Amino acid sequence: MDGFSSQPISPATRTTAWAIIAFLVLPITIVFAVAVTDRDYLAMPVDEISFQHYANLFTSPEWLHSIWQSFVIAFVSTAIAGLLGTLCAIGCWRISNRLSELVRVFMLLPVMVPTIVYALGIYQFFAELRLLDTYLGLIIAHAVTGLPYVVITVSTSLAGFDGKLERAALGLGASMGQTLRLVILPNIMPGVVSGLIFAFIHSWDELVITLFIAGRAVFTLPRRMWDGINEALDPTMAAVAAVLVVITVALLTLELLLRGRAKK
Amino acid sequence: MATTGTSAAHAQNSPGRLTVNSIMGSEGRYWLLIAPAVLLMLGFYFYPLARVLWMSFTFPTPGLGNYEDLIDNASVHRTLITTARIGVITTGLTLIFAYLISYVLVHAKPKVERIMFLGVLIPLWISALVRGFSWFILLRREGTINDVLIGTGIIDTPLDLIWNELGVVIGMVHYMLPLGVLPIYANMRNIDTRCVAAARGLGASRGVAFRKVFLPLSMPGVIGAGILVFIYSLGFYVTPALLGGGKTLMIAEYIQLQIMDLVNWGRGAMLATTLLVTILLLLGVMSRIIDLRGLFGGK
Repeated sequence: MDGFSSQPISPATRTTAWAIIAFLVLPITIVFAVAVTDRDYLAMPVDEISFQHYANLFTSPEWLHSIWQSFVIAFVSTAIAGLLGTLCAIGCWRISNRLSELVRVFMLLPVMVPTIVYALGIYQFFAELRLLDTYLGLIIAHAVTGLPYVVITVSTSLAGFDGKLERAALGLGASMGQTLRLVILPNIMPGVVSGLIFAFIHSWDELVITLFIAGRAVFTLPRRMWDGINEALDPTMAAVAAVLVVITVALLTLELLLRGRAKK
Repeated sequence: MATTGTSAAHAQNSPGRLTVNSIMGSEGRYWLLIAPAVLLMLGFYFYPLARVLWMSFTFPTPGLGNYEDLIDNASVHRTLITTARIGVITTGLTLIFAYLISYVLVHAKPKVERIMFLGVLIPLWISALVRGFSWFILLRREGTINDVLIGTGIIDTPLDLIWNELGVVIGMVHYMLPLGVLPIYANMRNIDTRCVAAARGLGASRGVAFRKVFLPLSMPGVIGAGILVFIYSLGFYVTPALLGGGKTLMIAEYIQLQIMDLVNWGRGAMLATTLLVTILLLLGVMSRIIDLRGLFGGK
């Protein structure tokens, strides 16, 4: 019936598209099945479902320590990226001449430049600064590479914000700080929160830089997973992966809800 | 400084012009907002990157010595060719799949569209490590797929699905697909479907209307997605390292081996520079074809 106005799609095309979506989503769900295996190697549950690997994960000092380290690093680097990225996006939006546009494009480069290239440079630089294997080193590296996500989402929010409101506030005698805090920020909050969420996920999952600049005192969750996959085939790995999927989906749902509310 | 107020007003009237007045007036204050982020980036992003470029020409001896490997080193050749081949195959497959998904997405009812789009968005944000690990469980010799195939009697000996190019390509396409869908889908949403309806009304068959009207209109998105996916594929580390098992070496893993295992900084820096320059050139081409800002802003 609806084939008249919009272009009809053949059932074959539609089925193929859904099959590709299944190819995207279903493989990830295997970690949930393997996480509850009753074996001590990576396999589907055979006789019964067992939560021993989850129990193992949440009682193992090594895993808990890595989770804690990852959390601290992600939290602090996200705070830095969020603050600096938001201010930068507002500044670029307000000035919006050729130079500030150039600044904005340069801020986006870390998304395009392969991490391996940056990892080499920061590894050598941090060796000189004695920042290898420290919280501070990882926090700086993750904040810098997380900045683009904040700049992108806040810029998108600002594109939909009426600049006249800001001029009105300034014209009525508000200081620049007051205008920022009371007029601009509340209006672009969804963009800021989205940026924070993406920057957090970025740091929380980051592996390549971590492989180069940390490895003993600081041993993040992705780093421990990496060694786990390469050395032992312990199903605890699957439990970790399952927990990570749940956290990511939860953060993403939060982001979508916020964006949905911003539209209304 | 008595004229600060008027110069600020002046700057607001012509925000595009960078005059002394505008710098000292309100615009200067906005540059202060930008400064911390720019300084952090200059000190801890661009400076370390520049050092890599510099080192590729100066270490161990000044000159183009490191770059001779590009011409006459067999293992460098093999890595570059493997990287290019996997990049092209991954990009081709990703584009076909992404186009199909996007096409169905834009023609679906809003509710179906939302659910389907979620199926693209969720994998996008799940870490490469977790996704690579999932494929590892599925594809390895004792993995789920081989277990099922042997259990049902379809095959007798397990298939080699991992630690070769097949495994890498499967994992890469899985990782790149959501990235490919975003630009194509964003572009298709802006296509006026009445153009297609008009072609149909004028007697074109469904296939002809698609080929002559819809397909050309959707090409900017396809080209943007193609370059984007190709760029990401070239420099990707996690998935190839996980599913290639050290046998299928792509450039990122090769660089890491040069630095961490062989401590061959000259070659590592040279390959990193080559990779960076290649990608910047591709980005330059891309920015001439499509609006990069729209691509990222739409995310």
